[in-house]
Amino acid sequence: MRTPKKRRLYLVLACLVCLGGAVALSLAAFSSSLTYFLSPRQVEAKAPPLGRSFRLGGIVEVGTVATDVSKGEPVTHFAVTDGQAAVKVIYTGVLPDLFREGQGVVAIGSMQKGDVFRASEVLAKHGADYMPKDVEEALKKSGKWNPRFGPPPNAASWDDMSVKGKGA
Amino acid sequence: MKESALVQTRPAKNGGWFHYLANPGRFQRVARPTLPWLAGFALFLTVTGIVWGYWFAPADWQQGNASRIMYVHVPAAWVAMAGYAALAICSFLSLVWRHPLADIAAEEISPIGAGFTAVCLVSGSLWGKPMWGAYWVWDARLTSVLILFFLYLGHIALIRAFDNKAHAYRAAAILALAGAVNLPIIVFSVQWWNTLHQGNTISFTGPSKIYITMLYPLLIASVGFYLTFITLVVARMSSAISERKTTALLRAAAERAQ
Repeated sequence: MRTPKKRRLYLVLACLVCLGGAVALSLAAFSSSLTYFLSPRQVEAKAPPLGRSFRLGGIVEVGTVATDVSKGEPVTHFAVTDGQAAVKVIYTGVLPDLFREGQGVVAIGSMQKGDVFRASEVLAKHGADYMPKDVEEALKKSGKWNPRFGPPPNAASWDDMSVKGKGA
Repeated sequence: MKESALVQTRPAKNGGWFHYLANPGRFQRVARPTLPWLAGFALFLTVTGIVWGYWFAPADWQQGNASRIMYVHVPAAWVAMAGYAALAICSFLSLVWRHPLADIAAEEISPIGAGFTAVCLVSGSLWGKPMWGAYWVWDARLTSVLILFFLYLGHIALIRAFDNKAHAYRAAAILALAGAVNLPIIVFSVQWWNTLHQGNTISFTGPSKIYITMLYPLLIASVGFYLTFITLVVARMSSAISERKTTALLRAAAERAQ
């Protein structure tokens, strides 16, 4: 027996399934343009044309940061890497506080001649790990983690690093 | 007394519990005495969580004191999404079973949900400037939460746009249900696409990437925000039901006087 309530239930469920399917398909089709930034690997494989503005995201490669302050405004050279490829970046201006080696960044700019990315803006991308300073220092001291080379180890191991009497 | 006796003797049909709970009169009898307790717990936990987070919890190793914005930003974001989920469920109940209480709930949830979404967006923006270097970026997480805010605003406008309340409830319920596809997009946006917004810290399947002394105030503030949301919605629903009852009584009295 089909009551009106049952019929409405099936109708609404069918509409939801159709809508969900349509959204999933269109998201899958547009997934590359929904990406906020390109990784160095993607740039290396298929670089956008010279002068075309795009966003480049990755980790600031350790040992590549060089800042020149002789011309008034600081000019910083660094490389952005995703572990497999690296792109050289030039940026003129003051960098965000969180900028440092090993830090995630998103640079907005375009490729120039000589495979160099000239950034007009650099945004710092921070990790999802939250811990007090003393835990970070304890992790570093124990040799379990160096913030320059990636995210911290599994959070389950932090508890051994706890410093008594600190925090709340 | 008479009414409740009548309801209890009614034959228990399929889904009888649903109808039992969806009675506005019964809702009033449960909500009225519960509200002061709800409000008290909500206020206590919210204040405890925020004071703990802002004064006693340690600063973050990387972001320093700026990370304390999370004790407002994260609970507001969770409540904004849970509120929309509740709105979608009420809309579903309204469309399929035509429960009047579901309609009232939907009408009262959307302004509160929009408020929490606004808190989430503003606090996130104030957090983004010192840490990322920008108040706003058009990445998938931020854009999808902005769409959530617009869905709430659209629902608020639509449900009040019709002279015929039944039409208003149906149109608004369809909007709310269609907008529910945005919820998984918000949750998984940081995993599916490259975003400037960081990935999830709290995880149900593995260890959360937050130290325990910062996790406690965050969870307490979150429970406080959830209870605040529930308190506000229940209070609004309760007064909406009273308002309807009063209007109906006044109208009946005016008709009798004629």
